[in-house]
Amino acid sequence: MSEDPRKNIGARSAKPGSGRTSPSSAARSLAGGTAPRKPPTKAKATPRPAADEASPKSAASPKPAAEPASTKAAPKKKSAASKRSSPTSSATTSSTKGEARTGAAGDRTTTPSSSARSTATGRRLRAVTEDDAARAAAEAAEEAQRRTRTAGAAPAAAGIPIDEIVAAVIQAAQRVLGSDWDTRLATLLAALRRRMGGEYAVDEFGFDPQITEILVGAVEPLAEKWFRLEVRGIENIPTDGGALLVSNHSGTVPLDGVMVGYAVKKYAQRNLRPLGADLVFQLPFVSQLARKIGATLACTEDAERLLTSGELAGVWPEGFKGIGKPYAERYKLQRFGRGGFVSSAMRAQVPIVPVSIVGAEEIYPLIGNVPSLARLLGVPYLPITPFFPLLGPLGLVPLPSKWIIEFGEPIRTDAYEPEAADDPMLLFNVTDQVRETIQQTLYALLVDRGSAFF
Amino acid sequence: MGKVVLVTGVSDSFATLVARSLADEPSVEKVVGVDTVLPAGDLSGVKFVRADIRTPVIGKVIAVEDVDTVVHLDLSPQVRGRGGGKELNVIGTMQLLAACQRSAVVRKLVLGSSTAVYGSSPRDPALFRESTGARGGVRSGFPKDIVEVESYARGFARRRPEVLITTLRAAHLLDADHFSPLGQYFRSAALPAALGYDPRLQFVHVQDLLAIMIESVRKDRPGTFNVAGDGVVLLSQVARRLGRPVVPVPPFGFASGARRVLRAVGSDISPDLHRLLMYGRAVDTSALKEIFGFEPTYTTEQIVEQFRAAVRPGVLSGLGARA
Repeated sequence: MSEDPRKNIGARSAKPGSGRTSPSSAARSLAGGTAPRKPPTKAKATPRPAADEASPKSAASPKPAAEPASTKAAPKKKSAASKRSSPTSSATTSSTKGEARTGAAGDRTTTPSSSARSTATGRRLRAVTEDDAARAAAEAAEEAQRRTRTAGAAPAAAGIPIDEIVAAVIQAAQRVLGSDWDTRLATLLAALRRRMGGEYAVDEFGFDPQITEILVGAVEPLAEKWFRLEVRGIENIPTDGGALLVSNHSGTVPLDGVMVGYAVKKYAQRNLRPLGADLVFQLPFVSQLARKIGATLACTEDAERLLTSGELAGVWPEGFKGIGKPYAERYKLQRFGRGGFVSSAMRAQVPIVPVSIVGAEEIYPLIGNVPSLARLLGVPYLPITPFFPLLGPLGLVPLPSKWIIEFGEPIRTDAYEPEAADDPMLLFNVTDQVRETIQQTLYALLVDRGSAFF
Repeated sequence: MGKVVLVTGVSDSFATLVARSLADEPSVEKVVGVDTVLPAGDLSGVKFVRADIRTPVIGKVIAVEDVDTVVHLDLSPQVRGRGGGKELNVIGTMQLLAACQRSAVVRKLVLGSSTAVYGSSPRDPALFRESTGARGGVRSGFPKDIVEVESYARGFARRRPEVLITTLRAAHLLDADHFSPLGQYFRSAALPAALGYDPRLQFVHVQDLLAIMIESVRKDRPGTFNVAGDGVVLLSQVARRLGRPVVPVPPFGFASGARRVLRAVGSDISPDLHRLLMYGRAVDTSALKEIFGFEPTYTTEQIVEQFRAAVRPGVLSGLGARA
């Protein structure tokens, strides 16, 4: 086996080809009726009858099989012969290389009687020794394959003509971009060129509508397919003018902010301007992205600036206490900050829309925390979830919980004077009202949803 | 009788421009320029006095020339190789204000401050108002100097309430003819930027700032005003517009990394700029528009565009739409 690896390769590849096309198969069928159906390993096991019968019956037919094999495989044979081990090379002393090969093959494969005959009628016998037959079959199969290839795709040999390539590209573009593909492609390229040239505008907060548009598209599969997001009460978002969206916060990673932003953009066609903690603007990449999607620091100045200019601002007053709470405390609202969001809304005289999110608690169930390491890294908590440090990066995949986002009835603040924002008791009352509304909605939504994952 | 105006730091090209424009003003009788070095530009119509504002000599200049309006422009970020930036900024202001307090005729002070007084930090609001204090990034360097200078000016205002003080907190100039730290940075062949940060930047046009300076000398506009062109641009955006490649540098050790990159391309960076290049800064100019009564003619984007047209195009200019 080790002396000629090609033998086996040839024998195996001969199998499909030997069915009908190869001349050697014809030779074999003439030689011994069972040969073509047999796998080559079996032919190896019974070399004798093939060798015996070939010599008297097929006087002319082995020749075409032998001819291509001997002529085309000549270089192969040479190398094979040179690789051959010493007992075979001892036989080459008296004859030519071709003869030596047959002799060698005969030595190994045939019985002493057939080898005696092979020396007498060397040329004819050579065609049917098992490795020669296999090689011939391989050659034939290759030949046949080449023929079918050239018949099927004629230009392959001559090189694909340019016009055919162009036609194919145009067809592909039409399939991908639609029938008006050329104008759309031109617009796309022009847009890309404008981006590369810095030809786009951001507002004072660094909000980049183009990037946001792209990201909303990127988040869509996650929201619709993975979380099966259900949005309720979208009509409670004012179609124009400022409003403050106040939402519960959960899920270890603030994906709920992303989802509310997505829902507002997708279903209300408005841009949500999230108000984030200063940590967001401290972290590399996060800060860059946060500014581009329209987020800004959760401070009175920015909140009032956004609301008075008629933007839709989003705030998560629970902050890190809400997002980093253990899984056991899921859907229990934490303290709603210090009520600063109410005073901002009152000063700007915009309504407060309570937003209740169900589903975010289950995406990364927080079962542990490493406070010492978190302090060292300067983050508020370092989460341990059932999968996170355990499965490495795979643990970062959020669990596919079922999400419901409900936008509640707006709480109007324009009934109060803007100066009422300086009355702390009133602020606490309104804060509690918003918090209670969200808590009750959460309970109702949880009952509605049933199982968290199905 | 016209005004006698003292302009400090007159050898700086922008201060020279201010002094010359003031000399052309009909309401101004005389303009005295003070600096330790001779100005490079033409000082036609301006009386130049070589004096160091860090010494009591400045008091004598004010007394001899009967100065009634002081335009203090000798506040500059530290430039490497030119030591004593802090000395000049803080001690110079102290001496100048002491001299003004002693003088009986000084009735107006125009302080050419900088938005660096707000510092730069992740806890910053999107836009700084004049009443907002710095939330970080003013503990060293030029921002710290400016904070101290403004506190001295406030002390002076308390002691001499009859003197009108106009504090102009100007954003960076971005001009091909006038030096500014950010201008120098954006002129480099490659721009080192902190990896993962894209700061918002604001600029002010030379003509706008000049007009505001003249206006505050000519009319009485006491108060503190932010001066910047409308709108903001991102660092990456400016780099693309200028066609200059951005070299990302890790945020840790950004200051030294950025300097190394800039040295490698044959440029340099002023110290204290690295915080601005990480967190950015933008200011609200509504007080300038509503109280001061000046509408900036150039937006930040237009300033960048003019700068792009004036400087050598960057190696990546071909990629943009305006190639």
